[in-house]
Amino acid sequence: MSKLFPKSANRLPLQILLYLFVLGGIAMAGINYYATNKWANVGYAPVQPVPYSHKLHAGQLGIDCRYCHSNVEKSGFANLPTAQTCMNCHSQVKADSPLLAVVRQSYETGAAVPWVQIHMTPDYVYFNHSVHVTRGISCVDCHGRIDQMEIVAQDKSLTMGFCLECHRAPEEHLRDLRDPAQTVTRLDWIHPGGEKGQADQGVKLIQANKIAPPTSCSGCHR
Amino acid sequence: MRHVYFATFLIVVLAVSALGFRGDRFKHPPLELFPDMDHQAHLKPQAESAFFTDGRADRPLPPNVVAASLPLDAEDGLFRGKATDNSWLKTIPVAVDAKLLARGQDRYGIYCAPCHGALGDGNGITKQYGMSTTPSYLDERRLGLTAGEIFNVITNGSTQNKNMLPYADKLSPEDRWAVVAYVRALQRAQRGSPADVPAANRKELGL
Ligand code: HEC
Ligand code: HEC
Ligand code: HEC
Ligand code: HEC
Ligand code: HEC
Ligand code: HEC
Repeated sequence: MSKLFPKSANRLPLQILLYLFVLGGIAMAGINYYATNKWANVGYAPVQPVPYSHKLHAGQLGIDCRYCHSNVEKSGFANLPTAQTCMNCHSQVKADSPLLAVVRQSYETGAAVPWVQIHMTPDYVYFNHSVHVTRGISCVDCHGRIDQMEIVAQDKSLTMGFCLECHRAPEEHLRDLRDPAQTVTRLDWIHPGGEKGQADQGVKLIQANKIAPPTSCSGCHR
Repeated sequence: MRHVYFATFLIVVLAVSALGFRGDRFKHPPLELFPDMDHQAHLKPQAESAFFTDGRADRPLPPNVVAASLPLDAEDGLFRGKATDNSWLKTIPVAVDAKLLARGQDRYGIYCAPCHGALGDGNGITKQYGMSTTPSYLDERRLGLTAGEIFNVITNGSTQNKNMLPYADKLSPEDRWAVVAYVRALQRAQRGSPADVPAANRKELGL
């Protein structure tokens, strides 16, 4: 009877085992890299009904974020502007632009402008803008340099780890709201004293304003 | 075995080129393998709803309703800028102090300065782009406006040529009075004279 398997087959079980290890490693690396908001959500930049540019309006014209997102200090939800907010200027500036047809129509008929939502926390998470903004957390910490974006894209992952990183060490982000230069809507401000200056200021503010971000589950999952 | 590793390598390259890297820009809605309870059935602000015919979750006010936060009394000066005899208030009906002015300066910078300019001279950034009708607060007409009239411009928009739209949705009545106080301060500042500077501070300014 001739041999069914060549001699090299003796090494096969070991080789298969090794290969499974490599395959497992690749699968782990893939899941680690891809199965997270950092890949699935960061960079989301949907096509909007109006080619509105934050780079032009907030960056070049220097309009404050609160001119349009006017409830961000008062409520948990940062509203998108009404069509009238756009018409304040666009009844005279570029009043006939075809790019603004949707806005004009909305202003006249009251129909909604179908903006596409970009940032989203799951519905089992409680998030509130006003508590963050009125304590001195800037938009830039969670949204990136919106004032340099032609089209808004999600910049930060907004995962639970991202929220907790700051909740455990808010002094690295807190701004002193008594100083107009540090207004939360100034996205380019960084502490002139560098990281050390920022941390010192943050610690003082935490003591003065009794800032205590929740790190227990019920703070965000209520 | 070498072939198996090579095939695996090819598959990995293929997968990475299909899935891309972290931070890449994309237009399609984000991938959700397990929706968990991310999208629950309650209505959210400014969101869509299939239940109502206009498709909105936010419901518009029915005609003729008045928000409970507004006074029904038409003569309330604080909310309408009018005195009991229906004439415009000449003075600001809240206490004007440093705190109110600071609030007014802050709100003015956000909501008025893009057009009226930081000095109230009408030369805000939008003038260069075609908002040519924005007036200065320092011409005869605007200096003659009463506090109640300025309040009314913020609440209901300008009455002259209707070129300025209302800001009532962005500024609460208290904030509107703060802005009125700051507009008054701007008007005063532009017409100051050396005599207005307290004697102790004149030297600093070289007067
Ligand atoms: C002139 C009005 C205007 C100003 C000023 C403005 N925005 Fe916006 N913003 C909009 C509009 C309209 C949208 C919706 C369309 C879009 O996403 O581009 C929007 C969308 C956004 C979004 C995305 C919302 C979502 O769906 O997740 C963020 C975040 C945002 N703005 C932040 C800012 C910040 C920060 C500033 C200040 C630097 C700012 N905006 C200034 C009008 C404005
Ligand atoms: C404070 C004034 C102001 C407000 C408020 C404002 N814009 Fe603009 N917008 C401008 C100016 C100034 C330009 C630039 C015009 C130019 O380039 O000559 C512009 C340009 C544009 C353009 C490009 C138009 C074209 O034909 O090139 C679009 C689109 C636009 N805005 C959308 C919006 C939308 C949507 C809103 C409301 C969320 C809005 N704008 C609110 C001042 C404003
Ligand atoms: C602590 C982080 C944080 C800060 C600071 C922050 N945002 Fe947000 N923002 C979020 C999150 C998270 C969402 C998504 C909320 C949701 O699911 O509705 C969001 C959503 C938004 C939206 C879409 C509407 C909404 O509420 O869902 C706008 C507009 C916006 N932010 C503007 C701003 C502006 C303007 C500022 C600064 C004044 C700011 N944000 C500061 C985290 C932040
Ligand atoms: C850059 C820092 C920072 C980030 C990022 C951040 N937070 Fe906060 N958070 C704070 C601070 C500061 C407070 C205020 C604590 C206080 O007022 O004592 C706060 C308070 C809160 C509160 C308490 C609100 C209340 O009513 O008591 C909740 C809930 C919360 N954050 C949720 C979130 C969620 C969800 C995220 C992620 C999407 C997030 N935060 C990201 C800094 C941050
Ligand atoms: C600072 C706010 C915050 C606190 C505190 C917090 N979470 Fe979360 N949690 C979040 C956010 C935001 C998400 C959504 C992350 C995402 O979009 O993937 C989340 C998601 C989750 C999820 C779902 C994860 C998934 O991918 O399906 C679980 C489970 C969870 N949290 C459990 C907890 C537990 C247990 C605690 C207490 C130890 C806790 N959380 C405390 C903000 C918080
Ligand atoms: C989008 C540009 C714009 C913004 C922002 C703006 N205005 Fe005006 N404003 C105008 C224009 C244009 C006129 C001229 C109105 C007219 O002739 O009908 C005007 C006129 C006025 C007048 C004189 C009205 C009259 O009857 O003579 C006052 C007072 C005034 N604005 C106050 C304000 C205050 C206070 C704010 C901030 C809450 C503000 N404006 C924000 C464009 C603007």
